[in-house]
Amino acid sequence: MITKLNHVSVFVLNQDSAYEFYVNKLGFKVHTDAAMGPGMRWLTVCPPDQPELEISLMAIEDGMMFKNGAAAQMKELVKKGTFGFGVFECHDLNATYEELKEKGVVFKKPPTKEFYGYEALFVDDSGNWFSLGEKK
Amino acid sequence: MSQQYPKQYLYKRVVQAKLFIDEQFSEKIDLDNIADEAWFSKFHFIRLFKTMYGNTPHQYLIKVRIENAKELLQKGISAADTCFAVGFDSIPSFTALFKKYTKLSPSVYQQQFKERQEQIQKVPLQFIPNCFAEEKGWTKK
Repeated sequence: MITKLNHVSVFVLNQDSAYEFYVNKLGFKVHTDAAMGPGMRWLTVCPPDQPELEISLMAIEDGMMFKNGAAAQMKELVKKGTFGFGVFECHDLNATYEELKEKGVVFKKPPTKEFYGYEALFVDDSGNWFSLGEKK
Repeated sequence: MSQQYPKQYLYKRVVQAKLFIDEQFSEKIDLDNIADEAWFSKFHFIRLFKTMYGNTPHQYLIKVRIENAKELLQKGISAADTCFAVGFDSIPSFTALFKKYTKLSPSVYQQQFKERQEQIQKVPLQFIPNCFAEEKGWTKK
């Protein structure tokens, strides 16, 4: 029986820039930041109230994971905003929307009442988008 | 929740107050003044802040100070210097609050963080799920 999700990957164009976005704009905490050799880094962050969920900010680079030009293709798809990686939660959507906008976070949808709930969509520094909703 | 406070300016005022705490946490912050600046009665301000952020302004200020204290301790700053740098004016009360929030004393937190960082440097693969390490080709090195 599966009981928990503890790691999830978000593919990013640049880990330094992703660090700035997730840590300094979204307010996430760095869980692990390990140098893995020249130009390689294992970087995970977690939402402030969910330290057990590591979001791996995974650099898209040629190698075993992306072979035969797949890295370039993946980068293009990420830049185009192809991927929606998840749904985040906050206490108050309007307040969080105002705060994140103030910090320069780009929203592709402002807080909107949908039939399934109250939701906004924001985009990270690479082009990945996330839904943001209120705690129910 | 969203229907209770339809006016955008209410949000903006409280968000500004929250951002003020985020930036000025190390100063002596008078929460009554913040309520005044946000143009609310103190009671209304506290109630609205708690609805929006899940903590009263005072609880939030303490949390911000503790989070910033963790970062300074991670950088090797002494517990005493950290205490004053984040806006507390008494080491015993800082130590007690730090312990309340993190379950560790500042010095034990600092020591544990240091040991973890050393371990990450020494054997990083212990901190990375093997499936990712294999995909990245890190296990062969």
